[in-house]
Amino acid sequence: MDGLATLLREYDVLAAFWMTVQLTAWGAVGALVVGTVVAVARVSPVGVLQRFGAWFVTLVRNTPLTLIVALCSLGIANTLKVQLAPADSPTFIVDNGFRWGVVALAVYHAAFVAEAIRSGINTVPAGQAEAARSIGLGFAATLRHVVLPQAFRGAIAPLGNTLIALTKNTTVVATVGVAEAAYLMRNMIEFNPSLLYAIFALLATGFVVLTLPMGLLFTWLSNRLGVHR
Amino acid sequence: MGAPGGQAPASGGPPVVALSRVNKHFGTLHVLNDITLDVARGEVVVVLGPSGSGKSTLCRAINRLETIDSGSIAIDGVPLPEEGAALASLRAEVGMVFQSFNLFAHKTVLQNVTLGPVKVRGLTPTDAQARAVELLERVGVADQAAKYPAQLSGGQQQRVAIARALAMDPKLILFDEPTSALDPEMVNEVLDVMVTLAAQGMTMIVVTHEMGFARKAADRVVFMADGQVVEQNTPEAFFTAPRTDRAKDFLSKILTH
Ligand SMILES: Nc1ncnc2c1ncn2[C@@H]1O[C@H](COP(=O)(O)OP(=O)(O)OP(=O)(O)O)[C@@H](O)[C@H]1O
Ligand SMILES: [Mg+2]
Repeated sequence: MDGLATLLREYDVLAAFWMTVQLTAWGAVGALVVGTVVAVARVSPVGVLQRFGAWFVTLVRNTPLTLIVALCSLGIANTLKVQLAPADSPTFIVDNGFRWGVVALAVYHAAFVAEAIRSGINTVPAGQAEAARSIGLGFAATLRHVVLPQAFRGAIAPLGNTLIALTKNTTVVATVGVAEAAYLMRNMIEFNPSLLYAIFALLATGFVVLTLPMGLLFTWLSNRLGVHR
Repeated sequence: MGAPGGQAPASGGPPVVALSRVNKHFGTLHVLNDITLDVARGEVVVVLGPSGSGKSTLCRAINRLETIDSGSIAIDGVPLPEEGAALASLRAEVGMVFQSFNLFAHKTVLQNVTLGPVKVRGLTPTDAQARAVELLERVGVADQAAKYPAQLSGGQQQRVAIARALAMDPKLILFDEPTSALDPEMVNEVLDVMVTLAAQGMTMIVVTHEMGFARKAADRVVFMADGQVVEQNTPEAFFTAPRTDRAKDFLSKILTH
């Protein structure tokens, strides 16, 4: 208990977890947008788009996140100098690192989101799209008003799992210096090695506090919003 | 063609549907074999035939849910366009009522009926709703407007599906076995709506084995077998004096129960 008190006094634990929350939130929004686009590409009638979607999912899903984070941060941001924050800003290093971290998380989880949505699309009976087309809706309108709303509802559970995985995967971004929870943990272990178990307990609790409600929320949503046929 | 009876009610202009030498294969199966068929404005055509004879495929081809291999299909004189905006707007002119209703499961009854008018016809939501309520009243399910499809009986769902088709002010409505997924006690509530529609002058192609409906509402019966139109006639003549062996055989089977 003393150990925990010391840690909470000496380190800004809340700030670190706040960073984790921000990475999660932005990463999730990005993954949802990119994942939806990829899923739509995969079910589109255009061969090139279908192949692009399949290729994206296969490539990204089979690449370790660490590699994608390293590629974004070291490869694209540092070496190619592609910057996502104004270079003259006083918080440039932090902002640029954070934003590339978000990009990496979004791209990686987009592959899982795309698969979740595609499985959701597969739960929508073909007759729904046929009925939509028969009242004169085009491909995009059919997707937007009929297929995707039902697909998302059918995909709530796997999307929830992806969000929980994303929350925990934000720790990988610590490897390139974003000061989130795992980064904090590394510092704590380095400077207070005697408090190792307290540090683990603190971090584990922090993540449970974040992910447990997510799990409950998504179970509730999937019961609440599920499409009755 | 050349059926002696069963001619379309007299009216000017091009036929609402004109199929000319339409062919369609699924693999080696010749599902539509050189089909030529005109449906005049206001005409009600009942399509009959054994399972697998191509009735559904015919309906789906007219709405271009299936492509055809050769021949031509024109709606009101306009050939069916390829995929794209032109096709979508032509589809809006052709209503379709499915055997399995296919109401949008995530939308209320009212939203099912207003979606097309708002998104395709550009009506304001208020206008679309007023019209939807009117149509739902006409098919007798206005009191269900706020419910979701899964909360309705099959007969109610099918009547909503008819209202959804009507909301687009179609030139023609295709019905593919609209009552065969229904419990027997609900068949009539749907057929009654269809009989009324027919009496009001809607052009209809109806795949059904309900002979009562055919006798009451149809101007012409088209009998299909193996992807071909084998015989066509007025309902009375067809049911009492079929000319082909295929039709006789088919009628003897459906008349025994
Ligand atoms: N998508 C498809 N792929 C392959 N074959 C198909 C497909 N759709 C239909 N068929 C075949 O085409 C033939 C005609 O089918 P269709 O559904 O048009 O018949 P139908 O007259 O409507 O029969 P039913 O009375 O059973 O509804 C059948 O032999 C069917 O198995
Ligand atoms: Mg059929």
